[in-house]
Order: sequence, then structure tokens, then C-alpha cells
Amino acid sequence: MHGFKRVAGAVSVLMAFSAAPWATAQSVSSPDMGKLLATGGVSQIEGAGGGGLTPWALISGYGTRDSYGANLHATTVTTQDYALFTYGVAVGIADRVELSLAQQQFRGTGAALDHVSIRQDILGVKVKLYGDAVYEQDSAMPQIAAGVQFKRNNGVNGLAGVTSVKQLGATDDHGVDYYVSATKILLEQSLLLNGTLRATKANQMGILGFGGDLHDRYQPMLEVSAAYLFNRQLAAGIEYRMKPRNLGLDKEKDYYDAFVAYFPTKNISVTAAYAVLGDITILNPTRQKGAYLSLQVGF
Amino acid sequence: MLSYSTTTSITARLAAIGLALGMLFVQPAQAQAAGDDAVFQQMGGKPGIQKIVADFLPLLLADPRISETFKDADMERLGTLLAEQFCQLTGGPCKYSGKAMQEAHRDMQLNNAQFNALAEDLQFAMEKNGIANSAQNKLIAKLAPMQRAIVTR
Repeated sequence: MHGFKRVAGAVSVLMAFSAAPWATAQSVSSPDMGKLLATGGVSQIEGAGGGGLTPWALISGYGTRDSYGANLHATTVTTQDYALFTYGVAVGIADRVELSLAQQQFRGTGAALDHVSIRQDILGVKVKLYGDAVYEQDSAMPQIAAGVQFKRNNGVNGLAGVTSVKQLGATDDHGVDYYVSATKILLEQSLLLNGTLRATKANQMGILGFGGDLHDRYQPMLEVSAAYLFNRQLAAGIEYRMKPRNLGLDKEKDYYDAFVAYFPTKNISVTAAYAVLGDITILNPTRQKGAYLSLQVGF
Repeated sequence: MLSYSTTTSITARLAAIGLALGMLFVQPAQAQAAGDDAVFQQMGGKPGIQKIVADFLPLLLADPRISETFKDADMERLGTLLAEQFCQLTGGPCKYSGKAMQEAHRDMQLNNAQFNALAEDLQFAMEKNGIANSAQNKLIAKLAPMQRAIVTR
């Protein structure tokens, strides 16, 4: 829970930064908050701008190509036997480059992995390559971005004799995911569609390490999102994220969710979802599902 | 449709996702075939659009992000032109009689933030007039590509 305090402290700093965003004519030095509401997306579970589970091609924050934006987020996913807390920061530069830093804290709250905790740090870089999801309404071409997520697993606590995910069958405790995302906002239909193709070796996003006894090579995983835009402030949709199965110890399952995202202002968004993560490790063959809640503040 | 057994291959999962996405694309394409002036009607026809524009203009003048842009503008003429343009873009029986977008904005040095600010103010004006969100988005969809002609900075 100490993560919350750190986030709260940083939030006040960010809010101070974003005061009077358009008091004067835009200059490069002040954030313009010029993008349309919700078009920076929310913060996905690994810290990148996107939906809940999946990075999108949108650049996080509200800075246009003449400016920049930044935000903080905190996300919890609570299933029957596990809790995942993620918090982090993202910066969008010139609506072109996105840098993100996040920490995931996984915790067993019951069953076989009760009291086990695993932390992972993720540094993300995303670059918009082509197109514009908002302006190009007269073309089928989506906005396309490519991204990298550098992940470092910080080890296992609370499991007798196990301190590293390597002891659970993973080949590595660090790894890199590469992805390409295509996002299209179809205003004519009030829809947002996203497809992301990720090359990864990560087990449960990296929480159980990278590569394993079954596979130790990069595999392509498709992640898709579709959202209906009810109004400027409200979107709801579904997401599906394929996952590899590299570990004998974990019959890893694809993730999926149904979400509602609410954007009362450009400074804050709240995302609530019902997420299904599948069973996690053969030690606990119960399909894990539960509430996903995420808060983002920024400019 | 997205469920699968633990033995399902990556290829099968990809195919299922592809099919689901395909269905999403097909549906809107059919919906679009409905009446040509449907959005015009949803805007309340010519009187509805005139009311939206009447609410829109004061929002532009009061918006610190873009008010400066209109300091020398003939707002009455602008209102007439916008009403014509919105009417035409939504499928109504009008013809926009003003200059082409590029020519009209050539010397204004507008940036994306200003273009978006105007779009937001239009959304506020449409909201105020109770226009359905899907209809709002259809008009914004017609205006959005004009960014390429209007934003020169």
C-alpha cells in the first residue's frame, strides 16, 4: 500500500504543473492540453497509454504535437486469490513519443500462493509512426505506433526456498516485449478499435519471469480492444489479450475484460472493468476473475 | 465466441479474434446505409442547426484558447457560413458558399490545440441542444479531416 502514498505525493506535484494550462497563448514550455478529451487513452496494466490490458497507438496525455503531457496512474485488479497493484508515470512528448515507468506488485491473498508477493518494474517507450486516429476520418488508415517494454522482475517473496522466478521454471528474470499497435477512432460509428501485435517471452506479463521449460522464444501475441464512445466523457468496451504458455508450472491463459472509462475532465479519468485472468499456476487451478479499477491524473 | 480450450493453438485464437473484429466492422457499414439526411434531421434540420450555431459562436468568443482568432471576424457572416456548412455536411439541402477551408484559414497560423478547441466548443453547443452523441460524432467525423487544410502551424 505504500505505493499509494508515493502516488499521492506525486499527484500534487503534477497538479501544480498543470494549473492554468491555457492562460496564455501556447508556448513550447507550457503544456497545451490541446488534444480532445479521452484521446490520450487511459493507462494500461503495464503503464503504457492504452486501454486496460493493452497498449494502444495513442500517445498518453493531452499534449498536441506542439506540446507535451504527463500523468500518473494507480490500478488494482482483485481476483479471488490474488491482487495486482500497478502504479506509474507516463509522459507524452509532441504527441509522438511516450515514455512510461510502472511498477507491478503481485500478491497472493488466498489459496496455494497466499502471502506470496512478486514485484516487477517496467520501462516503456512508444513512438507514433504513422497516421492520426482522430483527424483521418476520411480514410481507413489507423494510427500506428511501435513500442518496447523493458521489464525487470524483482524476485519472489513469501514462498519457502524460492527467491527468483527462475526457480519456478523461467529462463530469465528480465525481458523485453516489442509491439506494434494500430488504433482507429471511427467517429462515424462512435467506435474505437485497436489491434496490438506483441512479440514476447513474458510469463503472466513477466510476473512469473520470461521464457521457460516449455518454450523459450519470442512468440507473436494479438491483443484487441473495441470501445463504444457513449459521449465525450464515457466509453465502454471489451479487450482480449493473448498470452504465451512457456511454463510447465503455469497453464497460462489469455486475459479479457469488459470496461467502462469515465473522463470527467482532462485532468482525471477512472476506469472500471471486470477482468478474467484465467487460472494462475497449476498450484491453484481456479479461474481468476474480478474487479479492475484504475485512476489516472495528469494533463 | 472468445472461449477456447487449453489446447487451442495460437492460430485458432488469432482466427477467433479476427472473426470477432470483422463482425464489428461489418455492422456499422450496414447501419450507414440508412437515409442520407438522417444526421441533418437529428440536428433538427435548418432551424436546429441555426440554433446550434447561435450557441456555438458565443462559446468561440468566450474561449481564451481561440477568442483572439475571431477578433476581426464578421461573426454574423461566419454564423451563416457555418450553418450552411453543417447543413451540407449532415446531408441537408444546403450548399456552403464560403471560401475553401485552406484559403479561408491560410493566414491564421492555427495549431492543433486551437482546431481541437473549436471542435470542443461545437460539441458543447450540440450537447446544449440535446443532439444525440452518435449524430454529434458524425458531424465531427466530417469536420476532422479539415485539420489538414486548416492547421498550418
